Amino acid sequence: MSDISKRSPREVVVPGDVLDDGNMRAGENTYLLNGEIRAGILGVKRVRQNTVSVIPLGGRYMPETKDTVIGVIEDVGSSIWMVDIGAPYPAPLHVSEVPWKVAFGDTSKYLSVGDVVMLKILMVDESNKISMTMKDAGLRKLEGGRIVKISHTKVSRVIGKSGSMIQMIKNITDCRIFIGQNGTIWIDGEGVNADAAVEAIKMIDEETVKANLTERVKEFLENTIPQVEDDKEEGDE
Amino acid sequence: MSKEMVLVDDKGKRIDGRTSEESREIKIEAGVLKNADGSAYVEIGKNKVLAAVYGPRECHPRHLQNPTKAIVQCKYNMQAYSVDDRKRPGTDRRSIEISKIVSEALENVVLTGLYPRASIDVYIEILQANAGTRCAGLTAASVALADAGIPMKDIVASMAAGKADGHVLLDLNKEEDNFGEADVPMAIVPSTGEIVLLQMDGNMTREEFDRAIELGVGGCKKIYELQKDALKRRYSAEEAEEEDDSDEQ
Repeated sequence: MSDISKRSPREVVVPGDVLDDGNMRAGENTYLLNGEIRAGILGVKRVRQNTVSVIPLGGRYMPETKDTVIGVIEDVGSSIWMVDIGAPYPAPLHVSEVPWKVAFGDTSKYLSVGDVVMLKILMVDESNKISMTMKDAGLRKLEGGRIVKISHTKVSRVIGKSGSMIQMIKNITDCRIFIGQNGTIWIDGEGVNADAAVEAIKMIDEETVKANLTERVKEFLENTIPQVEDDKEEGDE
Repeated sequence: MSKEMVLVDDKGKRIDGRTSEESREIKIEAGVLKNADGSAYVEIGKNKVLAAVYGPRECHPRHLQNPTKAIVQCKYNMQAYSVDDRKRPGTDRRSIEISKIVSEALENVVLTGLYPRASIDVYIEILQANAGTRCAGLTAASVALADAGIPMKDIVASMAAGKADGHVLLDLNKEEDNFGEADVPMAIVPSTGEIVLLQMDGNMTREEFDRAIELGVGGCKKIYELQKDALKRRYSAEEAEEEDDSDEQ
């Protein structure tokens, strides 16, 4: 997202705003009315080649095939788990989609309410029914750690250009971090470092598109971590 | 009704000093609540209205689900302290009516087809009432919907017109509403000019009614600009705050 902001000044559009008089092609989150392309959601206008579209600034996470998401088990059935992934629709995880052999009724032995899992969206059908899997590389139950929830629209910012932002946070804080496309982020690390990582991610969530955010987050982390570590040493004495 | 009460004087001035075509002072703010998906706060004269939106989310109770589209569920509620005499809290016939007409007005702009079986919940709280709360509520609700990132065609703008002392007036206040002859709340979809809410309480001639519509639509368009401004301001305000933060660090 950051590369877009550099290319052109970002223009916030609200539903009903006229984006173009019809010479361009209507892209995502737009609609045509009397030959004019109008915004269909609150967001930022984007022009790419011959297509004008709107990038949403908020809203609920809508799952898409192949998305990796992090969810919390909210209910256990005899052959499914219901997972809260922040979508508008219920998200069931079927026993056939987990890497274990689960006997009928034994579901709670493997995952129980409150457990955190990393999953992949298999499919969202035309009636928006979600199916997910845990049978893929890297997908598993996440033990320990903590969760931060941010807007799913900010996920690309947390990752940064080819992972620059998240790599920087991982390097400085020495935390293990997993990011779900749904805006749920799992962090595991040592006390103060994990605190700093959480704060850094919240900082990214609160601050909208702006240049040198990576630099500023880095500065924040470097300022926070040594300072808190000093306090800790004092405490040890 | 009362012959002694002068609502519009010889010069055409109203009791609060407005002309017949003037609305009350309007203030709109978007994104005032943190826990709701979207929210808005609106002041129109002495009216103070808060609207919050949740969703789209799973529809409860289940039997209300529509397999082809999302439903917009609206709850209009007046606080006990919103009027002079304490309002008995809870749902009454009036609030059910307003909830219904507001959700029907909003369903015209929300792209409900994108979220079959889901529900979009709108909560309108009247903190202070001074005539025209359904319009203020609908105005706030549509800003809150846009703020929640819900796909919609346009923002609904709403304002009332009416008749008092034989004059057709825009945006009646409480005195004009209580002692006047007619009240015509309306809401439009500005991009198409469609009217999505129209009611009339009282009597008017055809000519007066046409004039009221003309005034009301004009008022709605003014509200519309303020609604858009409030939403755009919200996101530029975030950027300003961001700069403040960086100074502190």
